[in-house]
Amino acid sequence: MPTDPKIPAPPAADQTPPPPRSDKTDIVAGLLLMLTAGLFGWQTTGLNIGTTLRMGPGYFPAILSGLLFLLGLVIFVKSFRSTTEEPIGRIAWRGMLLILPAPVFFGLTVRGLGFVPSIFLATLIASMASMRMKPLMALVLSVIVTIFSALVFSYALGLPFRRFGPWLPF
Amino acid sequence: MDFMSNLALGFSVASTMENLAFCLIGALLGTLIGVLPGIGATATIAMLLPITFQLEPVSSLIMLAGIYYGAQYGGSTTAILINMPGESSSAVTAIDGYQMARQGRAGAALAVAAIGSFFAGTVATFLVAIFAPPLTTIALKFGSAEYFSLLVLGLIMSVALAHGSVLKALAMVVLGLLLGMVGNDVYEGTPRFTMGITAFADGLNFVALAVGVFGIAEILRNLENEHDRAVVTSHVGRLWPSRTDFRAMIAPILRGTGLGAVLGILPGGGAILASFASYTVEKRLSKNPKEFGHGAIAGVAGPESANNAGAQTSFIPLLTLGIPANPVMALMIGAMIIQGIVPGPNVAIEQPGLFWGVIASMWIGNLMLVILNLPLIGLWVKLLTVPYFILFPIIMAMCAIGVYSVNSNIYDLYAVAFFGLLGYVMGKLRFEPAPLLLGFVLGPLLEEHLRRAMILSRGDPMTFVTRPISLTLLVLACIVLVLVLVPAVRRNRAEVFTESEV
Repeated sequence: MPTDPKIPAPPAADQTPPPPRSDKTDIVAGLLLMLTAGLFGWQTTGLNIGTTLRMGPGYFPAILSGLLFLLGLVIFVKSFRSTTEEPIGRIAWRGMLLILPAPVFFGLTVRGLGFVPSIFLATLIASMASMRMKPLMALVLSVIVTIFSALVFSYALGLPFRRFGPWLPF
Repeated sequence: MDFMSNLALGFSVASTMENLAFCLIGALLGTLIGVLPGIGATATIAMLLPITFQLEPVSSLIMLAGIYYGAQYGGSTTAILINMPGESSSAVTAIDGYQMARQGRAGAALAVAAIGSFFAGTVATFLVAIFAPPLTTIALKFGSAEYFSLLVLGLIMSVALAHGSVLKALAMVVLGLLLGMVGNDVYEGTPRFTMGITAFADGLNFVALAVGVFGIAEILRNLENEHDRAVVTSHVGRLWPSRTDFRAMIAPILRGTGLGAVLGILPGGGAILASFASYTVEKRLSKNPKEFGHGAIAGVAGPESANNAGAQTSFIPLLTLGIPANPVMALMIGAMIIQGIVPGPNVAIEQPGLFWGVIASMWIGNLMLVILNLPLIGLWVKLLTVPYFILFPIIMAMCAIGVYSVNSNIYDLYAVAFFGLLGYVMGKLRFEPAPLLLGFVLGPLLEEHLRRAMILSRGDPMTFVTRPISLTLLVLACIVLVLVLVPAVRRNRAEVFTESEV
């Protein structure tokens, strides 16, 4: 795990601990866990639970959903008496907006457009996620990545990708 | 077959031209990606995993082992040169290694790390070769109840060794287990949590999960703050350590190796613990402990040896029981399953060539790293100067191609985006991804053994506590869980983990 330098050290033992306050991160964390547990639990209701002797497909997931809900609840409750206050910090909105769609775009177009145009466009989308990236630079980089991956994955490793797909006129 | 002939068989498999080449490529690629700042061994392996799938099982595992050592070595290189450990196990190396680099002794620090790692790797390879067979015999006696308890112990250990809140780590294990349930039920074939998508009938693709949670989430985290990286030490200095350096490093290397070898066997990530433990031991034993934190050579030699020895011996639970000791081993298990090998005690018996070939290749991989990387350090230093905004689109493209090449399943690509987001949100909320990955890989095994054990015991849950081995394992798990929840231990644990963040 990369060590995150932004996480401050917990208070040392000899210092007087700061007065308890609510930790917003943990409130969100606890709520999200309970919500997730609820979703899994709801999906489990349609499954056969079975008996202890012959457990059905729903038995173990039901236990786990319950456990996850409990853990979420404890984290939620404990968050109101937290001694550490840690800000969530900056959020990479631009990154999320451009990095996450890149694989999705690749998935949507790799069959239709074919491997070469699809990876070119996906790289182009992803490269715009940095504020420092200039458009020309992004274009050059995407061309290089496309040529490299076509040579390595398609020609050298022989992966069964269609280089140009049926959506294209040629 | 005795020990020597086993090893001979292993070396004959591992030293064919083809396998040597794959080991070399793996070590090179592993270092290449591992050197990129902010990308640890787990993310590196997750990204490179798909390229090994086209190979024979033996070659693929040998290449993966090469990638693993390469990535670890790359992690220590960035730790020393720019104080940016890719992995928590090399976080300790950064403390004194970076100080050495600032004093113009980067070359010596890198060489000490390489030599220490190589020595530890050699010793630990022999240990694996000696201890794996008897453990395999024990493992063959394991029934489902024992396996279930062992898996529980492994998961609890991963919780104990995670950073931060124990409750949150537990929650991650449970979430991982639930994600592992996605797909058709083993016994009845009922689809579970698939949202009606047939592409998920065989479960979520674990490469997609690993690449998303470790790789993509990491890119997002790095994009939060696009400041310049710490200035790279361009002056590496002379490589070969001086005579005094050698004298100062021998004892720490020996101690580190011993410590690492023992701790590495523990399920749940012993290698990380090993490097922290070694640093503490060296500091206690040192004649001038004030040197630590200001470029003590023992502070690099000890933890690096411990780390590598632990990394090596963590193969023991994998090869004998089929249980991964850390996220990297979880990736190895995934690779084995994709190759059609069922990890566990039967591997050594049914495929001795593969089993011993992998063990021998560990040593070869370590040797290659020393031979290759010491002369190539200049190149790695150059690589560190490549700006991040050029690197991440390349990483992104490789991740997408890699995940797609596993099954040519486009849903896996959507899963990557989803898990990337999940990993990023988890990081923001201070959840650790490692327990999630372990839970995900072990989930199906855990459920299968639980259900089988219950059928065998005619529905009596007491089977887990009436069988002695199972009881012992469960008691151990309880002790570990209680220990990490006790306030005093919790404080110590927090201190150990913050020491890396200094």
